Order: sequence, then C-alpha cells, then structure tokens
Amino acid sequence: MALEIKQKGKVYDICIVGSGAGGGMAAKILSEAGMKVALLEAGPKYDPADPEQATQLKWPWQSPRRGASTTRPFGDFDAAYGGWEIDGEPYTTKEGTQFDWFRSRMLGGRTNHWGRISLRFGPRDFKHKSYDGHGDDWPISYDDVKPYYDRVDKLIGVFGTKEGILNEPDGYFLPPPKPRLHELMIKQAGDKLGIPVIPSRLSIMTRSVNKDRAPCFFCSQCNRGCTVYGDFSSSSVLVKPAMKTGQVDLYTGAMAREVLTDNTGKATGISYVDKADMQEYEIKAKVVVLAASACESARLLLNSKSSRFPNGLANGSGVVGKYLHDSTGSSRGGFIPALMDRKRYNEDGVGGMHVYIPWWGDNKKLDFARGYHVELGGGMHMPSFGYGFGMERLNGKYPGPDGKTKEAGGYGAGLKNDYRRFFGATIGFAGRGECIAREDNYCEIDPNVVDKFGIPVLRFNYTWSEHEIKQAKHMQDTFEQLIHEMGGVAMGTKPGADSLYGLETPGRIIHEVGTTRMGDDPKRSVVNKYNQAHEVKNLFVVDGGPFVSQADKNPTWTILALSMRASEYIVGELKKQNL
Amino acid sequence: MDRRESLKALAIGSVSVGAILTGCDDKKTTEDTKKPGGDKEEVYGRTPEEKERDAKLKADKYFTDAEMKTITVLAAIIIPKDDKSGSAVDAGVPAFIEFTVKDQPRYQLPLRGGLRWLDVQCLKHYDKAFTDCSQQQQLEMVDKIAYPEKATPETSQGVNFFTLMRNLTATGFYTSEIGIKDLGYVGNRPNEWDGVPADVLKQYNLAYDEKLLPQYLKIEDRAKLMTWDD
Repeated sequence: MALEIKQKGKVYDICIVGSGAGGGMAAKILSEAGMKVALLEAGPKYDPADPEQATQLKWPWQSPRRGASTTRPFGDFDAAYGGWEIDGEPYTTKEGTQFDWFRSRMLGGRTNHWGRISLRFGPRDFKHKSYDGHGDDWPISYDDVKPYYDRVDKLIGVFGTKEGILNEPDGYFLPPPKPRLHELMIKQAGDKLGIPVIPSRLSIMTRSVNKDRAPCFFCSQCNRGCTVYGDFSSSSVLVKPAMKTGQVDLYTGAMAREVLTDNTGKATGISYVDKADMQEYEIKAKVVVLAASACESARLLLNSKSSRFPNGLANGSGVVGKYLHDSTGSSRGGFIPALMDRKRYNEDGVGGMHVYIPWWGDNKKLDFARGYHVELGGGMHMPSFGYGFGMERLNGKYPGPDGKTKEAGGYGAGLKNDYRRFFGATIGFAGRGECIAREDNYCEIDPNVVDKFGIPVLRFNYTWSEHEIKQAKHMQDTFEQLIHEMGGVAMGTKPGADSLYGLETPGRIIHEVGTTRMGDDPKRSVVNKYNQAHEVKNLFVVDGGPFVSQADKNPTWTILALSMRASEYIVGELKKQNL
Repeated sequence: MDRRESLKALAIGSVSVGAILTGCDDKKTTEDTKKPGGDKEEVYGRTPEEKERDAKLKADKYFTDAEMKTITVLAAIIIPKDDKSGSAVDAGVPAFIEFTVKDQPRYQLPLRGGLRWLDVQCLKHYDKAFTDCSQQQQLEMVDKIAYPEKATPETSQGVNFFTLMRNLTATGFYTSEIGIKDLGYVGNRPNEWDGVPADVLKQYNLAYDEKLLPQYLKIEDRAKLMTWDD
C-alpha cells in the first residue's frame, strides 16, 4: 500500500498537541470562548471512573504482583501509563551524562501521576537573577501571573492556609485536613529547630468547587486517579468540561511528527501518525498550541525543519532545547521507636502529606544559591509489594515488649509479631529544590536515532553544578536533624559526596522545564511573555518549556496559570485578527 | 441514599458519581457488600498490553514441583499460623512467589540457586534433601541462616537466600487479605478524616494547635460548595 498523507477534519481555529496541564487548560479556555479545537493526544483515552481503567480502592491482592512496579514505574495501581522507558520510543544521552525522561502517553498526560502539590511561584522566583545574579529573570512578574493563579485556585481547588510568607504566596484555599500523628511529631521537631512545618497545599478538594466533582473521601490514593474527580488531573477536570462544549475534537493515539508551515512562515497545522492504523495525517488550524511537555514540544520544534527554518521552527535563536532543568531531589528515611506498637485507626487521609516544609533558609548565608521544600511521608499505609523487606535491619536493634533485644532476622511467631510492632513506625523526608537553568544543560535531536514512527529522537546533556550538590548536602543534614529531634534513627547510611549526597539523576523528579524559554529578547528566548513564538506569531507553547527558571516549587500550578493567560491572549489576538 | 451510604456504596464500586452527587434510591448497592474493593478480583485497571503480559506470565511455570515444595515449607516456617491469623501458606504466598519470579526475573537465579544450596547442605549434614528432613533437622538448618549477624561465614550465601525468602514471604503475606487483617490496616475505604483520635493524642502528649483548629476542614462542611469572600 502506498503511503499517503490524509487530511483530517476541517480547518480548526486551534490545534493543541498534548492533553496534560497546559493542553487541558488551553482546550478548556479556548473551547469555552467558542473556538473550534482539535486536541491531539499521543496515548489512549483515560477516565479514572471507567471500571475497566479504575484502580482506586483496589486491594493489593487484586494484582498478582501485589502492586509491584514492574509494568508501571510507580506501581501497578498508579494511574499513569508509560514511564522512563517506552517500548519503541527511545532517547539517548551525551558523553556520559545522565537524564531520565518520564513520559505518560494518555489523556491527561503526567497530571495522572503527581503529588497534587500546587504551589505558586513567589515574587522572587520570577526575578531570581536580580536577587542573586544567577540564571535569568522572567519577562513577567508575580503580579502579572497572580490573577491567573487566583482563578486556577477557584476553578480547580487547592487546600492550604494563609501564612503570609514572602516567597510562598497565599491563594484562595480550601480548608486543609488536620495533620496525622507523625506529622504532628515532625511539626514539634521543626518548631524546636526553627524549621517551618505548615499545612500543605494540594489540589485535592476537601470541599468541592463545583457540582461536577465530589469532595475527597480520604482514601489517600490520588495517584491512582479519583473516581469522583475529587482531585486535579487534566483529563477529569479540564478536558472533560472542554469536551462538553461540543467544540473539541479529541484525537487519541495521535503522535505528532511536525508543525506544518506555509511559505509566509506561519504555522498551518500538525502532521501526525495515527498509532491505530499507522497512517500519516494532517490537521489544519489557524493557531497551533504546543503542550506536549517541555522536552516533547522542543523535539517537535527541532524536527520541524524547512528551508525557511533550517534549525527547526521558532529556533533562529538556537535556544530551543537549551536551559533544560529539573528539580533536585534527595531523600532519607527514619525509624521512630515511639511509634512502635501503635494503636490502629484509619489514617489514610488525603493522597499526600497534610503538612510540608517550605524553604526557610537565607541563601545569602549559605554556600548554594537556591532553596528547596521538603515533602514528608509516613503513617499506617496499605501495604504493597516491598512491604516487610529489610526486617533483619530493624528487629535486632530495639527491645521487645519484654525489654529484651532479639537477634536480628529470624522466623516464626516472634518474627510475625515484629511486623505488627513496626507497622507505621517509619517516616520519610524528600527534598525538592531549584536547579539553576544553564545553557549547557539541553536536549537536542540525536543525528543517528529514530523512534518506531521514524521520528528523530532526543539526546540529552545534563550535569548538576556545585549549587545543586551543596543543596543536596544541606537537605541530608536537615533530614538527620529532624529525625534525631524526633528521637528517631536515620535509616541506612547517610549519602555522602561519592553519591552527590543522594542527589537523584536529572529528570527523576519529573519537573523538567525551560526548553522553550520566554523572554523579551528574540535572540535569547523562544517565546515572548505570552508564550507566543517570537518567529511564528500563530504558534504558542503552553507546557513547562517557557519557564525561565524553576522555583523550589512544583511546576504544575504555574503551567496552568500561564496556559490560561496565553489562551486568553490567543482569543484576544484572534478577535483583533492579529494571528 | 444518604451521604454515608453513598460512600459505602462507592467502596464496593457499584454506584456512579452522579448518584453520590444527586442522591438516589439505588437498591442494588446493598448487594455484594462482602468484598470492599469490589469488582471481579482480576479487574484492576489493566491496559490491553498489561492484560496480555499478565496472561502470559500466569500460563508460564518456573519452579519445579520439588522447588515449590521447599518454598512452601520455608514460607510456613517464616510466617506460621498463630492465635491471630493463618500462615503464609494459608495466605497463598508460594503461588505469589512463583508469579513474582516470572514478573521480576532478577529473583529467579538467587532463589533457584539458593534452594539448591539448601538441599546440598542438608545432603551433607543429614543425607537428605531439605523437604525429606525431619522438622527438627529443617529448623536446625534454618537456624544457621536465619540470623545474619550471628551466622558463620561459611553460610553467608545461605543467609542471603534466607533473607530474600523472608522478604518475599513477608511481602506476600502482608499484601494478602489474611495479612492485611492481621496487621490491622483499616483504611482503603471511604472515610471522614478528622484528625488523630483523642486517646492517641493523649498517649503521645500532643495536641492540635488552638490557633489552627478553626482553619482545618470541618467534616460537616464537606458537602457544601466552597465560596470565597473577595
């Protein structure tokens, strides 16, 4: 059969590539403004309430592997399809550097896997260069984004408390849940050490914000996808209402290949391969909005080469793919003897921590430039694969109910009782910090490798600087202080310089941003302050790509706010016939 | 149904979101209340590729019958029946271990080799394979490899094998219905979290911050849509 390119549908007002946070928000705003929208998603449909897809409230024994992470990186019951490795869709790394790229090919994308931690960037986060001389300032300030953060809060729902901390702006919060036992203990330790422990800010509805979604019922399983839509994922909260407008045609299994352009240099649509029939299609639109994820959108631009755009589309600056940066991550666990032999009760709570530690340090007095926040774990969780491993490292260290210390390891009735005694007695700390964006951390097109669709793949080059390494050391010192203050014992060996203080491989925190950064200067940036490509006025990027700098925050809330802002700008410009 | 009932119905997976939001008279929800988590056991949200992989793994066989017999004896020694709950064998741990080594092949060699190591040791000492030894001999052998900190250097490979068996047995047991009940985990169902129980707070000499209390969620407000004063 001859391969031919087929045109799909009519000419749309808008073609959006990707249905995660950025694409979902764009689909909602643009469809509600009356635009005809084609929404392309590389993966299948997904609805956490579909009994065939639901994993919420399943028991571990319903999975033959008891929830192990063999086929899904965060375990069998995690909602996100895909992962670090996808069959037939490789990526490469350069000269011994490392980068792990998490992709979730499904409706809602990676909003099906995240901690629902919904932090606004603060005034300093947008102007960090002015403050410490590193990286670059954004072309916009907190005040430019604030009205959109406010609307995102009310539209989607996020709990929290007004704290009045300068760089942790307050929002329109839902009431937070009361802390769990270990969280109260961490708060007490934090008070003594001068480390703030405040109610977390998660996009989980303790009270509902609209009649289409029910409030949280405290099963602690947001990562599994919520059957009552009590938390935020793009598929449930943005794409679903967008589809209801009747203005959106959803194309699933559509793997975008190139952004199409005409001889005036304007974008005219997207070419894609349909995974179901492996045929080539084109969708035509007046405006193209990329929201495929920071790296996937950069890949799409770099692969959209023509004689007019020899470096790839919107890349006259050569900046596409550069300034890639992910959050830092380092973690440690602790055992709290006081929590042995706990009284049992249901402490599932919401799907995440009820309190957290925002950045409290003054970097001017420290040997690294940027901060981090600390995420907390612990509690009487539902066991899954891996539960009970390593008892021989615990049960020989602490006296039993009879006051005697046993030999480590063992078997039989005594061992069985140990598992009961240690249930819910461990805690965990994970730091998530800001990495300074650098031109020499980047993704580019690998000249030699294509994926199974024949699309050239990304090659990554990424290293941590001293700032990130010293920040990880500070995290580890903080974790030990907190564990000791709680009367606990830090588990395992403290990660030292040889392991970069436990600093995770770049990409592992899944907060990568910066590859199509915004700016006022077209020579040093890809998009302008409205996420609009400097060189192609009807082309926009609304994922994490336009971030000039990551903060010590999770990027989702800022992606949502900026996508809302860019989408309304598109509506205005189309009305003025400027695109 | 009222809110509490609808949450209960949700737990067994037989009521739609719409019913919870609008309230309804759904009589069907009283059926099949035995199994929280609901649905057929094998339905756990698989993609077509995952279903295919599961089916293939289940059809394969890795351990020989003799190996499975040894795994079964060891699982019962590690987690026996006691006055609170059944044994690891009652909880189906041997079948779980068989599935796991097919699902995670990195466990195959350490287990197969370890089982053989154990048999050879028994052959040397008792002139019999492990499962043919008396219970006393079996426990004598296990005692040599069950305590990593006091085991002699010549049994170190056996210690590693037994540690892996202990880990897999424990994880298989505590992720089974019997094991979760034994552990006293009482979640994985709709709940109304309103903080740590008062007696537990007292036990740990902790209290909620009076200043923060008015800001926390009041359970009775959950059904009300949130509004803000600008």
